Amino acid sequence: MLLIHCPHCREDREEEEFHYSGEAHIVRPLEPENLSDEEWGDYLFFRKNPRGIHHEMWHHTAGCGRYFYATRNTVSYQILETYMVGEKPQHTADSAGASQ
Amino acid sequence: MKRYSGFSLFKNALSYHENWQKIWRSPKPKSDYDVIVVGGGGHGLATAYYLAKVHGITNVAVIEKGYLGGGNTARNTTIIRSNYLWDEAAQLYELSLKLWEGLSQELNYNVMFSQRGVLNLGHNLQDMRDIERRVNANRLNGIDGEVVTPERVKEIAPLINISRDCRYPILGASWQPRGGTARHDAVAWGYARGADALGVDLIQETEVTGIRRKNGAVVGVETTQGFIGARKVACVTAGNSGVVAAMAGLRLPVESRPLQALVSEPVKPCLDTVVMSNAVHGYISQSDKGDLVIGAGVDGYNGYGQRGSFHVIEHTLQAICELFPAFSRVRMNRQWGGVVDTCPDACPIISKTSVDGLYFNCGWGTGGFKATPGSGYVFADTVANDRPHPLAAAFNIDRFNTGALIDEHGAAGVAH
Repeated sequence: MLLIHCPHCREDREEEEFHYSGEAHIVRPLEPENLSDEEWGDYLFFRKNPRGIHHEMWHHTAGCGRYFYATRNTVSYQILETYMVGEKPQHTADSAGASQ
Repeated sequence: MKRYSGFSLFKNALSYHENWQKIWRSPKPKSDYDVIVVGGGGHGLATAYYLAKVHGITNVAVIEKGYLGGGNTARNTTIIRSNYLWDEAAQLYELSLKLWEGLSQELNYNVMFSQRGVLNLGHNLQDMRDIERRVNANRLNGIDGEVVTPERVKEIAPLINISRDCRYPILGASWQPRGGTARHDAVAWGYARGADALGVDLIQETEVTGIRRKNGAVVGVETTQGFIGARKVACVTAGNSGVVAAMAGLRLPVESRPLQALVSEPVKPCLDTVVMSNAVHGYISQSDKGDLVIGAGVDGYNGYGQRGSFHVIEHTLQAICELFPAFSRVRMNRQWGGVVDTCPDACPIISKTSVDGLYFNCGWGTGGFKATPGSGYVFADTVANDRPHPLAAAFNIDRFNTGALIDEHGAAGVAH
Protein backbone atom coordinates (compact mmCIF):
# COMPACT_ATOMS: atom_id res chain seq x y z
CA MET A 1 0.00 0.00 0.00
CA LEU A 2 1.47 3.29 -1.09
CA LEU A 3 1.04 6.39 1.00
CA ILE A 4 0.67 9.27 -1.43
CA HIS A 5 0.95 12.95 -0.64
CA CYS A 6 -1.70 14.94 -2.47
CA PRO A 7 -0.24 18.40 -3.12
CA HIS A 8 -3.74 19.86 -3.34
CA CYS A 9 -5.01 18.44 -0.04
CA ARG A 10 -1.53 18.61 1.51
CA GLU A 11 -2.13 15.28 3.18
CA ASP A 12 -0.66 11.77 2.99
CA ARG A 13 -3.48 9.47 1.96
CA GLU A 14 -3.76 5.77 1.13
CA GLU A 15 -3.24 4.52 -2.41
CA GLU A 16 -6.86 3.37 -2.68
CA GLU A 17 -8.03 6.99 -2.76
CA PHE A 18 -6.06 7.57 -5.95
CA HIS A 19 -6.14 6.45 -9.52
CA TYR A 20 -3.00 6.14 -11.60
CA SER A 21 -3.31 8.01 -14.87
CA GLY A 22 -0.14 7.11 -16.74
CA GLU A 23 3.00 8.88 -17.79
CA ALA A 24 3.24 12.59 -17.02
CA HIS A 25 4.29 15.48 -19.23
CA ILE A 26 2.90 14.00 -22.46
CA VAL A 27 2.11 16.96 -24.66
CA ARG A 28 -1.05 16.70 -26.72
CA PRO A 29 -0.28 17.43 -30.39
CA LEU A 30 -1.45 20.90 -31.37
CA GLU A 31 -2.32 19.83 -34.90
CA PRO A 32 -3.22 16.14 -34.76
CA GLU A 33 -4.47 16.14 -38.35
CA ASN A 34 -0.95 16.95 -39.56
CA LEU A 35 0.73 14.04 -37.78
CA SER A 36 2.02 11.01 -39.66
CA ASP A 37 0.77 7.55 -38.64
CA GLU A 38 4.09 7.00 -36.85
CA GLU A 39 3.80 10.20 -34.83
CA TRP A 40 0.16 9.56 -33.96
CA GLY A 41 0.90 5.95 -32.89
CA ASP A 42 3.83 7.17 -30.82
CA TYR A 43 1.63 9.74 -29.10
CA LEU A 44 -1.14 7.24 -28.36
CA PHE A 45 0.70 4.07 -27.44
CA PHE A 46 4.44 4.41 -26.88
CA ARG A 47 5.47 5.18 -23.32
CA LYS A 48 8.83 5.47 -21.58
CA ASN A 49 8.08 2.66 -19.08
CA PRO A 50 11.43 3.15 -17.31
CA ARG A 51 12.95 0.80 -14.78
CA GLY A 52 13.76 3.47 -12.19
CA ILE A 53 12.68 7.10 -11.93
CA HIS A 54 9.26 7.71 -13.49
CA HIS A 55 7.22 10.89 -13.71
CA GLU A 56 3.56 10.01 -13.66
CA MET A 57 0.11 11.48 -13.26
CA TRP A 58 -2.22 10.57 -10.40
CA HIS A 59 -5.84 11.45 -9.86
CA HIS A 60 -7.15 11.94 -6.32
CA THR A 61 -10.44 10.29 -7.26
CA ALA A 62 -11.81 9.68 -3.76
CA GLY A 63 -10.43 12.94 -2.41
CA CYS A 64 -10.27 16.35 -3.99
CA GLY A 65 -10.80 14.92 -7.48
CA ARG A 66 -7.82 16.79 -8.90
CA TYR A 67 -4.79 15.65 -10.89
CA PHE A 68 -1.17 16.02 -9.87
CA TYR A 69 2.22 14.64 -10.83
CA ALA A 70 4.49 12.30 -8.87
CA THR A 71 8.08 11.17 -9.28
CA ARG A 72 8.30 7.53 -8.27
CA ASN A 73 10.93 4.81 -8.45
CA THR A 74 9.34 1.90 -10.34
CA VAL A 75 11.59 -0.68 -8.66
CA SER A 76 11.45 0.40 -5.00
CA TYR A 77 8.06 2.16 -5.45
CA GLN A 78 9.39 5.03 -3.33
CA ILE A 79 7.63 8.29 -4.15
CA LEU A 80 10.30 10.99 -4.25
CA GLU A 81 7.96 13.93 -4.69
CA THR A 82 4.50 14.98 -5.75
CA TYR A 83 3.96 18.27 -7.52
CA MET A 84 1.37 20.36 -9.26
CA VAL A 85 0.49 20.07 -12.92
CA GLY A 86 2.49 22.75 -14.69
CA GLU A 87 5.46 22.45 -12.34
CA LYS A 88 8.79 20.82 -13.11
CA PRO A 89 10.04 17.81 -11.09
CA GLN A 90 12.87 18.28 -8.60
CA HIS A 91 14.03 14.70 -9.07
CA THR A 92 14.90 13.33 -12.49
CA ALA A 93 16.62 10.16 -13.71
CA ASP A 94 19.80 12.19 -14.19
CA SER A 95 19.78 13.75 -10.72
CA ALA A 96 18.99 10.37 -9.11
CA GLY A 97 21.87 8.77 -11.02
CA ALA A 98 24.20 11.50 -9.78
CA SER A 99 23.14 11.10 -6.15
CA GLN A 100 23.54 7.33 -6.20
CA MET B 1 19.48 -37.49 -23.24
CA LYS B 2 18.19 -40.59 -21.53
CA ARG B 3 14.47 -40.96 -21.96
CA TYR B 4 12.20 -41.14 -18.94
CA SER B 5 10.07 -44.27 -18.78
CA GLY B 6 8.58 -46.69 -16.32
CA PHE B 7 11.63 -48.85 -16.81
CA SER B 8 14.07 -46.00 -16.05
CA LEU B 9 12.08 -45.23 -12.90
CA PHE B 10 12.42 -48.86 -11.80
CA LYS B 11 16.11 -49.01 -12.68
CA ASN B 12 16.91 -45.83 -10.76
CA ALA B 13 14.88 -46.97 -7.79
CA LEU B 14 17.41 -49.80 -7.40
CA SER B 15 20.15 -47.19 -6.78
CA TYR B 16 17.96 -45.10 -4.47
CA HIS B 17 17.41 -42.47 -7.20
CA GLU B 18 20.94 -41.18 -6.71
CA ASN B 19 22.12 -41.71 -10.28
CA TRP B 20 19.63 -39.75 -12.38
CA GLN B 21 21.39 -37.75 -15.05
CA LYS B 22 21.40 -33.96 -14.83
CA ILE B 23 18.43 -32.59 -16.73
CA TRP B 24 20.63 -30.14 -18.66
CA ARG B 25 24.27 -29.16 -18.98
CA SER B 26 25.61 -25.85 -17.64
CA PRO B 27 28.03 -24.90 -20.42
CA LYS B 28 30.41 -21.97 -20.67
CA PRO B 29 29.19 -19.60 -23.37
CA LYS B 30 30.84 -19.99 -26.77
CA SER B 31 32.17 -16.89 -28.50
CA ASP B 32 29.59 -17.02 -31.26
CA TYR B 33 26.07 -18.34 -31.91
CA ASP B 34 23.63 -18.38 -34.81
CA VAL B 35 20.83 -17.27 -32.51
CA ILE B 36 20.86 -15.92 -28.97
CA VAL B 37 17.58 -16.03 -27.09
CA VAL B 38 17.54 -13.42 -24.34
CA GLY B 39 15.41 -14.66 -21.46
CA GLY B 40 15.15 -18.22 -20.15
CA GLY B 41 11.50 -18.35 -19.22
CA GLY B 42 8.94 -20.67 -20.79
CA HIS B 43 8.58 -18.64 -23.98
CA GLY B 44 12.34 -18.26 -24.48
CA LEU B 45 13.06 -21.93 -23.84
CA ALA B 46 10.20 -22.96 -26.14
CA THR B 47 11.63 -20.67 -28.83
CA ALA B 48 15.06 -22.29 -28.48
CA TYR B 49 13.53 -25.76 -28.51
CA TYR B 50 11.54 -25.18 -31.72
CA LEU B 51 14.50 -23.45 -33.39
CA ALA B 52 16.50 -26.62 -32.85
CA LYS B 53 13.72 -29.14 -33.36
CA VAL B 54 11.74 -27.71 -36.27
CA HIS B 55 14.29 -25.51 -38.02
CA GLY B 56 17.49 -27.45 -37.30
CA ILE B 57 19.23 -24.38 -35.87
CA THR B 58 21.13 -25.86 -32.95
CA ASN B 59 23.94 -23.33 -32.51
CA VAL B 60 21.71 -21.44 -30.10
CA ALA B 61 22.18 -20.00 -26.62
CA VAL B 62 19.53 -19.02 -24.11
CA ILE B 63 20.87 -16.31 -21.80
CA GLU B 64 19.06 -15.87 -18.51
CA LYS B 65 19.97 -13.36 -15.82
CA GLY B 66 18.53 -15.47 -13.00
CA TYR B 67 17.59 -19.12 -13.19
CA LEU B 68 15.48 -20.86 -15.84
CA GLY B 69 11.76 -20.27 -15.45
CA GLY B 70 12.21 -18.02 -12.42
CA GLY B 71 10.22 -15.06 -13.69
CA ASN B 72 6.61 -15.01 -14.76
CA THR B 73 6.76 -18.70 -15.71
CA ALA B 74 6.96 -19.44 -12.00
CA ARG B 75 4.54 -16.71 -10.94
CA ASN B 76 1.36 -17.27 -12.92
CA THR B 77 -1.80 -19.19 -12.13
CA THR B 78 -1.20 -21.83 -14.86
CA ILE B 79 -4.53 -21.38 -16.63
CA ILE B 80 -4.70 -22.63 -20.23
CA ARG B 81 -7.54 -21.82 -22.65
CA SER B 82 -7.99 -20.55 -26.19
CA ASN B 83 -11.42 -18.90 -26.10
CA TYR B 84 -10.30 -15.53 -27.43
CA LEU B 85 -12.67 -13.34 -29.44
CA TRP B 86 -10.75 -12.22 -32.52
CA ASP B 87 -9.61 -14.62 -35.24
CA GLU B 88 -5.93 -13.67 -34.99
CA ALA B 89 -5.71 -14.21 -31.25
CA ALA B 90 -7.97 -17.26 -31.24
CA GLN B 91 -5.84 -19.02 -33.86
CA LEU B 92 -2.61 -18.27 -32.02
CA TYR B 93 -3.90 -19.50 -28.66
CA GLU B 94 -5.57 -22.50 -30.30
CA LEU B 95 -2.27 -23.52 -31.91
CA SER B 96 -0.84 -23.31 -28.43
CA LEU B 97 -3.61 -25.41 -26.92
CA LYS B 98 -3.10 -28.08 -29.61
CA LEU B 99 0.61 -28.16 -28.80
CA TRP B 100 -0.21 -28.46 -25.08
CA GLU B 101 -2.29 -31.54 -25.85
CA GLY B 102 0.75 -33.46 -27.05
CA LEU B 103 3.44 -31.69 -25.09
CA SER B 104 4.22 -34.26 -22.39
CA GLN B 105 4.76 -36.93 -25.07
CA GLU B 106 6.71 -34.60 -27.34
CA LEU B 107 9.08 -33.53 -24.58
CA ASN B 108 9.13 -36.89 -22.76
CA TYR B 109 8.53 -34.78 -19.69
CA ASN B 110 5.33 -34.68 -17.67
CA VAL B 111 4.04 -31.12 -17.80
CA MET B 112 0.94 -32.27 -15.90
CA PHE B 113 -1.39 -30.74 -18.48
CA SER B 114 -4.88 -31.30 -17.15
CA GLN B 115 -7.87 -30.48 -19.37
CA ARG B 116 -10.21 -29.81 -16.50
CA GLY B 117 -12.16 -27.12 -18.34
CA VAL B 118 -12.45 -23.37 -17.90
CA LEU B 119 -15.56 -21.45 -16.89
CA ASN B 120 -15.81 -17.72 -17.64
CA LEU B 121 -18.72 -16.42 -15.60
CA GLY B 122 -21.23 -13.77 -16.64
CA HIS B 123 -22.88 -11.60 -14.00
CA ASN B 124 -25.04 -9.22 -15.98
CA LEU B 125 -26.88 -9.01 -19.26
CA GLN B 126 -23.97 -7.44 -21.13
CA ASP B 127 -21.60 -10.13 -19.83
CA MET B 128 -23.95 -12.79 -21.21
CA ARG B 129 -24.20 -11.05 -24.59
CA ASP B 130 -20.40 -10.82 -24.76
CA ILE B 131 -20.09 -14.46 -23.77
CA GLU B 132 -22.52 -15.58 -26.49
CA ARG B 133 -20.70 -13.52 -29.07
CA ARG B 134 -17.33 -14.89 -27.97
CA VAL B 135 -18.48 -18.52 -27.86
CA ASN B 136 -20.00 -18.19 -31.34
CA ALA B 137 -16.78 -16.64 -32.62
CA ASN B 138 -14.81 -19.48 -31.01
CA ARG B 139 -16.96 -22.16 -32.62
CA LEU B 140 -16.58 -20.56 -36.04
CA ASN B 141 -12.84 -20.81 -35.46
CA GLY B 142 -13.13 -24.50 -34.58
CA ILE B 143 -12.54 -23.91 -30.89
CA ASP B 144 -14.69 -25.81 -28.43
CA GLY B 145 -17.02 -23.84 -26.22
CA GLU B 146 -20.58 -23.54 -25.10
CA VAL B 147 -22.78 -21.13 -23.21
CA VAL B 148 -24.02 -22.76 -20.02
CA THR B 149 -26.76 -21.95 -17.52
CA PRO B 150 -26.20 -21.25 -13.81
CA GLU B 151 -27.51 -24.74 -13.04
CA ARG B 152 -24.90 -26.29 -15.33
CA VAL B 153 -22.23 -24.10 -13.69
CA LYS B 154 -23.33 -25.54 -10.35
CA GLU B 155 -22.99 -29.08 -11.75
CA ILE B 156 -19.47 -28.37 -12.94
CA ALA B 157 -18.35 -26.59 -9.75
CA PRO B 158 -20.72 -27.64 -6.94
CA LEU B 159 -19.27 -25.30 -4.32
CA ILE B 160 -20.16 -22.21 -6.33
CA ASN B 161 -22.95 -19.92 -5.17
CA ILE B 162 -25.59 -19.45 -7.90
CA SER B 163 -28.24 -17.83 -5.71
CA ARG B 164 -29.77 -14.62 -7.07
CA ASP B 165 -29.59 -12.72 -3.78
CA CYS B 166 -25.98 -11.62 -4.00
CA ARG B 167 -24.44 -8.44 -5.34
CA TYR B 168 -23.29 -10.02 -8.64
CA PRO B 169 -25.39 -13.14 -9.28
CA ILE B 170 -24.15 -15.70 -11.80
CA LEU B 171 -26.34 -15.57 -14.92
CA GLY B 172 -24.37 -18.10 -16.92
CA ALA B 173 -20.92 -18.79 -18.24
CA SER B 174 -18.84 -19.84 -21.19
CA TRP B 175 -17.39 -23.31 -20.81
CA GLN B 176 -14.30 -24.52 -22.64
CA PRO B 177 -13.82 -28.19 -21.71
CA ARG B 178 -10.43 -28.45 -23.43
CA GLY B 179 -8.98 -25.70 -21.27
CA GLY B 180 -7.29 -26.43 -18.00
CA THR B 181 -4.02 -26.10 -16.16
CA ALA B 182 -0.44 -27.36 -16.35
CA ARG B 183 2.54 -27.53 -14.03
CA HIS B 184 4.25 -24.20 -14.72
CA ASP B 185 7.81 -25.14 -13.67
CA ALA B 186 7.64 -28.41 -15.59
CA VAL B 187 6.94 -26.56 -18.82
CA ALA B 188 10.15 -24.54 -18.49
CA TRP B 189 12.14 -27.57 -17.37
CA GLY B 190 10.71 -29.79 -20.12
CA TYR B 191 11.55 -27.31 -22.86
CA ALA B 192 14.96 -26.68 -21.30
CA ARG B 193 15.75 -30.39 -21.24
CA GLY B 194 14.51 -30.84 -24.80
CA ALA B 195 16.49 -27.85 -26.09
CA ASP B 196 19.63 -28.89 -24.22
CA ALA B 197 19.45 -32.38 -25.70
CA LEU B 198 19.35 -30.84 -29.19
CA GLY B 199 22.52 -28.87 -28.49
CA VAL B 200 21.20 -25.53 -27.21
CA ASP B 201 23.41 -23.90 -24.57
CA LEU B 202 21.43 -22.78 -21.52
CA ILE B 203 23.43 -20.05 -19.81
CA GLN B 204 22.06 -19.03 -16.44
CA GLU B 205 23.01 -16.24 -14.03
CA THR B 206 24.27 -14.17 -16.93
CA GLU B 207 22.64 -10.84 -17.58
CA VAL B 208 22.48 -9.20 -20.98
CA THR B 209 23.62 -5.60 -20.48
CA GLY B 210 23.77 -4.39 -24.06
CA ILE B 211 22.95 -5.26 -27.65
CA ARG B 212 25.87 -4.58 -30.00
CA ARG B 213 24.96 -3.42 -33.49
CA LYS B 214 26.96 -2.65 -36.61
CA ASN B 215 25.53 -0.93 -39.70
CA GLY B 216 21.99 -1.35 -38.44
CA ALA B 217 22.34 -5.07 -37.79
CA VAL B 218 22.84 -7.08 -34.65
CA VAL B 219 26.30 -8.58 -34.08
CA GLY B 220 25.89 -9.88 -30.54
CA VAL B 221 25.14 -9.08 -26.91
CA GLU B 222 27.17 -7.66 -24.06
CA THR B 223 26.73 -9.77 -20.94
CA THR B 224 28.10 -10.01 -17.43
CA GLN B 225 30.30 -12.79 -18.85
CA GLY B 226 31.58 -10.59 -21.65
CA PHE B 227 30.63 -10.14 -25.29
CA ILE B 228 28.90 -13.04 -27.09
CA GLY B 229 28.51 -12.82 -30.85
CA ALA B 230 25.28 -13.71 -32.64
CA ARG B 231 23.78 -13.32 -36.09
CA LYS B 232 20.30 -13.07 -34.63
CA VAL B 233 19.08 -12.00 -31.20
CA ALA B 234 15.58 -12.95 -30.07
CA CYS B 235 14.35 -11.13 -26.96
CA VAL B 236 11.73 -12.80 -24.80
CA THR B 237 12.04 -10.87 -21.56
CA ALA B 238 8.43 -10.17 -20.52
CA GLY B 239 8.30 -7.36 -17.97
CA ASN B 240 11.80 -6.17 -18.80
CA SER B 241 11.23 -6.03 -22.56
CA GLY B 242 11.23 -2.25 -22.58
CA VAL B 243 14.59 -2.20 -20.81
CA VAL B 244 16.10 -4.65 -23.33
CA ALA B 245 14.60 -2.74 -26.26
CA ALA B 246 16.19 0.46 -24.99
CA MET B 247 19.60 -1.28 -25.26
CA ALA B 248 19.06 -1.33 -29.01
CA GLY B 249 17.61 2.17 -29.10
CA LEU B 250 14.06 0.90 -29.64
CA ARG B 251 10.83 1.78 -27.91
CA LEU B 252 7.97 -0.64 -27.30
CA PRO B 253 4.31 0.15 -26.66
CA VAL B 254 4.35 -1.89 -23.46
CA GLU B 255 3.97 -0.88 -19.85
CA SER B 256 5.24 -3.09 -17.04
CA ARG B 257 2.82 -3.74 -14.23
CA PRO B 258 2.88 -5.90 -11.11
CA LEU B 259 0.45 -8.83 -11.30
CA GLN B 260 -0.17 -10.79 -8.13
CA ALA B 261 -1.25 -14.30 -7.34
CA LEU B 262 -1.70 -16.23 -4.13
CA VAL B 263 -2.27 -19.75 -2.87
CA SER B 264 -4.14 -21.09 0.12
CA GLU B 265 -3.17 -23.84 2.51
CA PRO B 266 -3.62 -27.26 0.88
CA VAL B 267 -7.17 -28.59 1.26
CA LYS B 268 -8.94 -31.76 0.13
CA PRO B 269 -10.01 -31.82 -3.56
CA CYS B 270 -13.00 -29.49 -3.88
CA LEU B 271 -12.66 -27.71 -7.21
CA ASP B 272 -11.79 -29.75 -10.30
CA THR B 273 -12.06 -27.01 -12.88
CA VAL B 274 -10.95 -23.42 -13.48
CA VAL B 275 -13.37 -20.61 -12.64
CA MET B 276 -12.79 -17.10 -13.92
CA SER B 277 -14.86 -13.99 -13.60
CA ASN B 278 -14.34 -10.76 -15.44
CA ALA B 279 -16.92 -8.73 -13.59
CA VAL B 280 -16.10 -9.56 -9.99
CA HIS B 281 -12.45 -9.86 -10.98
CA GLY B 282 -10.88 -13.08 -9.83
CA TYR B 283 -9.89 -16.52 -11.02
CA ILE B 284 -9.37 -19.72 -9.11
CA SER B 285 -8.38 -23.35 -9.53
CA GLN B 286 -7.03 -26.05 -7.28
CA SER B 287 -3.56 -27.48 -7.74
CA ASP B 288 -2.78 -31.19 -7.50
CA LYS B 289 -1.14 -30.42 -4.16
CA GLY B 290 -4.48 -29.09 -2.91
CA ASP B 291 -3.82 -25.37 -2.66
CA LEU B 292 -6.37 -23.04 -4.15
CA VAL B 293 -4.50 -20.99 -6.76
CA ILE B 294 -6.00 -17.52 -7.01
CA GLY B 295 -5.21 -14.75 -9.44
CA ALA B 296 -5.59 -11.07 -8.85
CA GLY B 297 -5.75 -8.15 -11.22
CA VAL B 298 -2.78 -6.06 -12.20
CA ASP B 299 -1.85 -3.20 -9.95
CA GLY B 300 -2.91 0.22 -11.08
CA TYR B 301 0.56 1.63 -11.70
CA ASN B 302 3.77 0.75 -13.55
CA GLY B 303 6.28 -1.23 -11.54
CA TYR B 304 9.20 -3.62 -11.81
CA GLY B 305 9.18 -4.64 -8.13
CA GLN B 306 7.72 -8.18 -8.44
CA ARG B 307 5.32 -7.39 -5.64
CA GLY B 308 2.01 -5.59 -5.45
CA SER B 309 -0.47 -3.76 -3.30
CA PHE B 310 -2.40 -5.54 -0.59
CA HIS B 311 -5.72 -3.98 -1.46
CA VAL B 312 -5.59 -5.65 -4.89
CA ILE B 313 -5.51 -9.16 -3.43
CA GLU B 314 -8.06 -8.13 -0.83
CA HIS B 315 -10.38 -7.12 -3.66
CA THR B 316 -9.76 -10.42 -5.45
CA LEU B 317 -10.51 -12.45 -2.35
CA GLN B 318 -13.75 -10.55 -1.87
CA ALA B 319 -14.74 -11.78 -5.33
CA ILE B 320 -13.65 -15.35 -4.59
CA CYS B 321 -15.58 -15.42 -1.30
CA GLU B 322 -18.69 -14.16 -3.04
CA LEU B 323 -18.42 -16.90 -5.67
CA PHE B 324 -17.42 -19.59 -3.18
CA PRO B 325 -18.73 -18.72 0.30
CA ALA B 326 -17.15 -21.93 1.66
CA PHE B 327 -13.68 -20.56 0.89
CA SER B 328 -14.11 -17.66 3.30
CA ARG B 329 -12.65 -19.90 6.00
CA VAL B 330 -9.62 -21.06 3.99
CA ARG B 331 -6.36 -19.48 5.08
CA MET B 332 -4.04 -18.01 2.50
CA ASN B 333 -0.50 -19.29 2.52
CA ARG B 334 1.68 -17.34 0.11
CA GLN B 335 1.37 -14.33 -2.15
CA TRP B 336 3.74 -13.03 -4.82
CA GLY B 337 3.94 -10.73 -7.80
CA GLY B 338 5.34 -10.86 -11.30
CA VAL B 339 6.07 -8.07 -13.73
CA VAL B 340 3.87 -8.32 -16.81
CA ASP B 341 4.37 -6.30 -19.97
CA THR B 342 0.94 -5.07 -20.96
CA CYS B 343 0.11 -3.90 -24.48
CA PRO B 344 -2.55 -1.27 -25.22
CA ASP B 345 -4.69 -3.92 -26.98
CA ALA B 346 -3.99 -6.82 -24.58
CA CYS B 347 -2.34 -8.79 -27.38
CA PRO B 348 1.32 -9.73 -27.72
CA ILE B 349 4.01 -8.40 -30.01
CA ILE B 350 5.79 -11.09 -32.06
CA SER B 351 7.83 -9.12 -34.48
CA LYS B 352 10.92 -8.23 -36.39
CA THR B 353 12.30 -4.80 -35.56
CA SER B 354 13.95 -1.97 -37.41
CA VAL B 355 17.31 -3.50 -36.41
CA ASP B 356 18.31 -6.39 -38.72
CA GLY B 357 18.51 -9.67 -36.84
CA LEU B 358 16.75 -8.38 -33.74
CA TYR B 359 13.36 -9.86 -32.85
CA PHE B 360 10.95 -9.28 -30.02
CA ASN B 361 8.35 -11.55 -28.48
CA CYS B 362 6.70 -9.62 -25.68
CA GLY B 363 3.59 -7.84 -24.52
CA TRP B 364 1.83 -11.03 -23.40
CA GLY B 365 0.58 -9.12 -20.40
CA THR B 366 -1.49 -11.06 -17.96
CA GLY B 367 -2.03 -14.17 -20.09
CA GLY B 368 1.25 -15.44 -21.47
CA PHE B 369 1.56 -18.79 -19.76
CA LYS B 370 -1.17 -20.49 -21.78
CA ALA B 371 0.57 -19.41 -24.96
CA THR B 372 4.02 -20.78 -24.09
CA PRO B 373 4.19 -23.56 -26.74
CA GLY B 374 2.50 -21.60 -29.54
CA SER B 375 4.48 -18.47 -28.80
CA GLY B 376 7.76 -20.37 -28.99
CA TYR B 377 6.62 -22.17 -32.14
CA VAL B 378 5.67 -19.11 -34.20
CA PHE B 379 8.52 -17.00 -32.83
CA ALA B 380 11.11 -19.65 -33.71
CA ASP B 381 9.67 -19.74 -37.24
CA THR B 382 9.77 -15.94 -37.43
CA VAL B 383 13.40 -15.83 -36.30
CA ALA B 384 14.55 -18.76 -38.44
CA ASN B 385 13.03 -17.41 -41.67
CA ASP B 386 13.38 -13.69 -40.95
CA ARG B 387 9.71 -13.08 -41.77
CA PRO B 388 6.59 -13.32 -39.62
CA HIS B 389 5.01 -16.75 -39.21
CA PRO B 390 1.51 -16.53 -40.80
CA LEU B 391 -0.10 -16.67 -37.35
CA ALA B 392 2.32 -14.04 -36.01
CA ALA B 393 1.91 -11.54 -38.85
CA ALA B 394 -1.02 -9.76 -37.21
CA PHE B 395 1.03 -9.31 -34.04
CA ASN B 396 3.62 -7.15 -35.75
CA ILE B 397 4.73 -4.09 -33.81
CA ASP B 398 3.63 -1.93 -36.80
CA ARG B 399 0.00 -2.34 -35.77
CA PHE B 400 0.39 0.44 -33.22
CA ASN B 401 1.15 2.83 -36.05
CA THR B 402 -1.23 1.45 -38.68
CA GLY B 403 -4.09 1.20 -36.20
CA ALA B 404 -4.78 -2.51 -36.89
CA LEU B 405 -5.08 -3.34 -33.20
CA ILE B 406 -6.53 -6.63 -31.97
CA ASP B 407 -8.63 -5.56 -29.02
CA GLU B 408 -8.73 -8.56 -26.73
CA HIS B 409 -9.49 -6.76 -23.48
CA GLY B 410 -12.85 -8.50 -23.35
CA ALA B 411 -11.42 -12.01 -23.60
CA ALA B 412 -8.19 -11.39 -21.75
CA GLY B 413 -9.74 -13.03 -18.70
CA VAL B 414 -10.00 -10.19 -16.25
CA ALA B 415 -10.77 -6.57 -16.86
CA HIS B 416 -7.76 -4.33 -16.54
